[in-house]
Amino acid sequence: MAQLTSSDGYLSGSNLERVLRAGHFAVTAELGPPQSADAEVIRRKAALLRGFCDAVNITDNQTAIVRMSSIGAGAILAREGLEPVIQVTCRDRNRLAIQSDLLGAYALGIRNVLCLTGDHQTFGNHPEAKNVFDLDSVQLIQMVKTLRDERTFQCGEPLRGTEPRFFIGAAESPFADPVEFRPYRLAKKIKAGANFIQTQLVFDVAAFELFMEKVRSLGLHQQAYILAGVGPLKSPAMAKYMKENVPGILIPDELIQKLEEAGKPWAGKSKDELTKEEKKARSEAWKQKGIEICVELIQRIMQIEGVAGVHIMAIEWEEAVEPIVKGAGLYPRPVVEPLPA
Amino acid sequence: MNGDYQILAFCCQYCAYAAADLAGGLRLQYPPQVKIIQIPCTGKMDVLYALQAFEEGADAVMVAGCLPGDCHFLEGNYNAVRRVERVKHILQAIGLQPERIKMFHISSSMASRFVSAVEEMCSIVKELGPNPLRIDPKVVSEEKGDESE
Amino acid sequence: MIIAEQKPFEEIKRSIAPAHKVLVVGCGTCVTVCFAGGAREAAILAASLRMAFKLNGDPKEITEVTVQRQCEWEYLDAVAEQVGKAEVVLSLGCGVGVQAIAERFPRTWVVPGLNTSFLGMPAEQGVWVERCAACGDCILGLTAGICPIARCSKSLLNGPCGGSQDGHCEVNADIPCGWQLIYDRLKALGKVEMLYEIRPPKNWRASRDGGPRKIVRPDLRLIEEE
Repeated sequence: MAQLTSSDGYLSGSNLERVLRAGHFAVTAELGPPQSADAEVIRRKAALLRGFCDAVNITDNQTAIVRMSSIGAGAILAREGLEPVIQVTCRDRNRLAIQSDLLGAYALGIRNVLCLTGDHQTFGNHPEAKNVFDLDSVQLIQMVKTLRDERTFQCGEPLRGTEPRFFIGAAESPFADPVEFRPYRLAKKIKAGANFIQTQLVFDVAAFELFMEKVRSLGLHQQAYILAGVGPLKSPAMAKYMKENVPGILIPDELIQKLEEAGKPWAGKSKDELTKEEKKARSEAWKQKGIEICVELIQRIMQIEGVAGVHIMAIEWEEAVEPIVKGAGLYPRPVVEPLPA
Repeated sequence: MNGDYQILAFCCQYCAYAAADLAGGLRLQYPPQVKIIQIPCTGKMDVLYALQAFEEGADAVMVAGCLPGDCHFLEGNYNAVRRVERVKHILQAIGLQPERIKMFHISSSMASRFVSAVEEMCSIVKELGPNPLRIDPKVVSEEKGDESE
Repeated sequence: MIIAEQKPFEEIKRSIAPAHKVLVVGCGTCVTVCFAGGAREAAILAASLRMAFKLNGDPKEITEVTVQRQCEWEYLDAVAEQVGKAEVVLSLGCGVGVQAIAERFPRTWVVPGLNTSFLGMPAEQGVWVERCAACGDCILGLTAGICPIARCSKSLLNGPCGGSQDGHCEVNADIPCGWQLIYDRLKALGKVEMLYEIRPPKNWRASRDGGPRKIVRPDLRLIEEE
């Protein structure tokens, strides 16, 4: 991967970059900041993830709901000794604000950024907001790269002094429409400067294999590290909801059946007939199965050529990351020392 | 209220108007308060016609067109249904009861149906009372004043 | 053309409530074609308002007139006398028409009867759709004649985003994904490779973001106005 690197040979020198460059199968996890100014929430979630992933991805007002900023939460995480990947969306900020935030984020010790377009604000809790979308995700990637590699602002003016050196991430949804265009859109993001890619949640490994086949034929896996998105399903109802309502998520029926089987001891009874304890036990059984399925998915995904790691999205269920990582044989996480300067 | 009220019936010449004619020929009785206006098709029915009728003091407006599927101009009667709906919305907004306008489908042979439609409108008017736009607002307030005494 | 729709009746009522003499001014151009503010709509609204206020015990003198184009001085001059007699003008023009009245008649109180919605066209009778965002820097030549600024919910230049599914936008199943349309059309025309190119950030200065816009054509100006 021919890239302009700093004197130590790395683009950013982040732990995630070092792990990937060393050839390890990387693990990242997701952390949703609270809808409050409570730093303790971040610390509590960080404790659940510590040691089980190479970097922690922090969402940027995900689903357009106001939360603690990804940079703020990322700075807390960095102080806790975990490595943040901050998400940056184009929904809420224009090119001025994003560049200024990137400078601040770097100064606070953040080294990885994931460039996203962002969910539309009509989904969130401020649907009457004016959206921005001054840039799109591809242009955002370009801007972060230009700041780093050309030490130039988006407007073309030179950046004097310390430039923000980020390991640049992007997202791709392999199964969103038009499906046949998705590998090419990924190619655009990599051409724009993405160093690593996180995919939308993968449950259908066969479909993902087809996507990766195309990705390999375009040589994209050699130009960026591709991390497959995975996540544990909590219940058959959640699985069905995602399958039907979230664009770009394919969930094979057999996975839903497996979950349903896990809940079989309690089957045939309506909600009101189950006691609180029974409901809890059923939920535990589903969750156990969800984690088991996630482990199996990771093990199959690891066999696919060109996949450099997984990104575990266990939103509001950070406790699941430990058993998933251990179950998949990805524990302990490697320690990669920086290259000698 | 007494029999002093007015109902305007916009009748398609191909069906409801002929039905009214037939009712007369058959000596069927229907309330004399209805004034029939012949139109070439209920598709000619304009929202403004209805509003003008109410503004001039009509107590109710009925629009009578062909049976569904039988319009001579294919879908004039369907268009009329939607315009009547729009008038209902407007009446609601301005503070008149939307029940004061209604669409009917009456073929040329349905003389008794025409009569029952007119009777239906009459009973609606009897229930709702006269169109308040017909009464001088000053008179209304004086009447109210009398009542309170 | 400009697509507009009438404001809620109650809002219109409130906006003219203090006046006694009201002139409803329709416009014979765009808003006539989209059935929002032409002569017929002006007559319907005027009649509705007369009745509503009368029913409230507050009868008003509400008349209506429709000009060919509210957005041109010479058409407005034709109704100057009626405008002069009105305590309030309720404009059924688009936002341009309302402002033209305000500018031409400095002593006249004017209120809008319409919400100016978008630049679009009738997709079918009774259905209007947005087509142009007047961004000032047309890129339709790059997108197979389908505008991503107006028709992608996020105005992406390098779409589609991950929210495109079954041909519609994640925002609403009634919104076709603009980028799916672009993709399909480019594919049909054998030009999909146009999408492999990265489109750079847009110059939004040509759009409203650069402030109110103005076009001057010296070749068309009258000598005395220069």
